[in-house]
Amino acid sequence: MSKPYMSAELREKIDLTDTTVTEDFDDASWDMVTALALSQQLTTGKTLLDLADAGNDKIVVCTADLGRPTQVVNFGRKYPDRYFNFGIAERNMIGAAAGLATTGLIPIISNYSFFLALMGVENIRNDICYTDLPVKMVGTHSGIAMGFYGTSHHCNEEIGALRAMANLTLMAPCDGNAIRSALTNHIDHPHPIYFRCGRGREAVIYDEPPSFEIGGSNQLRDGDDISILAIGNLVKAALDARDILAKNGIGARIVDMYSINPIDKDAIRRAAGDHKLIVTAEEHNVTGGFGSAVADVIAEEGLGAKLVKIGMPDQYSVLGPPTHLYAHYGLDGEGVAKRVKEALA
Amino acid sequence: FTMGKGHAAIGLYPVLADMGFFPTSDLDNYTRLFSPLGDHPDMKKVMGADFSSGSIGHNLSVSVGMAAGLKLQGSPGRVVCMMGDGEQTEGQIWEAAISAAHWKLNNLVGLVDINGAGSDGDPQETMATEPLKDKWASFGWDVIVLDDGHDLDQTFACLNKALNEPRDKPAVVLAYTVAGKGVSFMEGTWQWHLGFLGPKDLERTYEEIENGVIG
Repeated sequence: MSKPYMSAELREKIDLTDTTVTEDFDDASWDMVTALALSQQLTTGKTLLDLADAGNDKIVVCTADLGRPTQVVNFGRKYPDRYFNFGIAERNMIGAAAGLATTGLIPIISNYSFFLALMGVENIRNDICYTDLPVKMVGTHSGIAMGFYGTSHHCNEEIGALRAMANLTLMAPCDGNAIRSALTNHIDHPHPIYFRCGRGREAVIYDEPPSFEIGGSNQLRDGDDISILAIGNLVKAALDARDILAKNGIGARIVDMYSINPIDKDAIRRAAGDHKLIVTAEEHNVTGGFGSAVADVIAEEGLGAKLVKIGMPDQYSVLGPPTHLYAHYGLDGEGVAKRVKEALA
Repeated sequence: FTMGKGHAAIGLYPVLADMGFFPTSDLDNYTRLFSPLGDHPDMKKVMGADFSSGSIGHNLSVSVGMAAGLKLQGSPGRVVCMMGDGEQTEGQIWEAAISAAHWKLNNLVGLVDINGAGSDGDPQETMATEPLKDKWASFGWDVIVLDDGHDLDQTFACLNKALNEPRDKPAVVLAYTVAGKGVSFMEGTWQWHLGFLGPKDLERTYEEIENGVIG
């Protein structure tokens, strides 16, 4: 027998209106609608709907043929005149979002990160950041979340590019509640922000919308021996690693460093003050990524801690399903714990 | 041969295997860990794949470079780039179209698969690009309309015309097709732009295709 694609319980809860997969189908079969229904942590559309319903009439949503996959299509159904689907025309979308912002509206771009931040990097710089316009960008499916779609659909470079852009705030909400806080708290921020998000199947880290401030961080657990500073998917991996390390008598502090630029320097100072080893963990190339931002602070301030950067190696990923890739590259609890033990050995 | 719509590579791989570029047994590991065969073609991993793809809108430009390079070196080779209908919204397509006409690249053939399926639905509803015939013609290309891309006689005739008829400009074949043709629950849908079949449904699908009018 084939393995069910989703639990009966989940199937009851989710909106399968448009699916063509009917009861006489094999349990293992799925179409786009059922696949997207599993992306429960992509809360961009739901949050923007709530903000618009509560009276924010400045919100306009932009996407490039990815309204369904990035889960903003329901916003478009309710507010069709405030929903701009440009088709597969990313750079046009970015320029138009800048134009919408000049008229006093609040454009939110929702798109896959590789087509938004990598393809559109120059448009983001010239049209949105140089001009300092309050466009909010939500880049989903960052890192290697697209798995066997391959390198064209992976995004392990954009932190390096976006960190270097003046006027731009770069943050990484790690689950659905974090995305909710990110958008709700900063919808009226008068400058551009880029939110680096996952594919929506992340583990739930926050049971309710967490604190999510520019330049902030959330310490999730404390520990005596090391600090793991993590972003995105790796927050869950760090928490899992902490459980493994505890069995080896190693105590780990876990911090969700969701604000990549500006970065929470105090959190790094505290980590270096309390621990000899700081581990950074991210689903991004370790060259030029979040770990490099932490390294800047450690070096510039002369903090005396050793740094281990966990992330993607400086090479293009092999192909495979996402969870297989996470295991292969050590971007799960076991992988992180192994690297920590090696560093302490 | 390049693919603007790299996500159709699943249709290319069996052809390459049949042509002997790699063993057909490789097909069974499609998208599994370490497989060379991903959702999009990778020229560094897949023998016979002429260029990597996956990011919509890039490969017509690549094909312009290939065609120009072949001409410059006196090669009789020709370049065919298959694009999607959703892809026609990418600005880079039209940048490439302008340059191919400017350099009179009569060794370049574009092939647009107009199947009416995109991530957000029918591309014409998301962002209308029709009339494509007029657009390509105004960009200086010879336009050949293939009314039914599932009629093999029509398809061969159009491709033959595009590839072998003498001309002093690039040619494009606008191929009208139906996504999921021949499978009852897929035909004409956008939902199967992406999907997976369990064993039972796979068998059902094979049956429908084998008993149907195509293949």
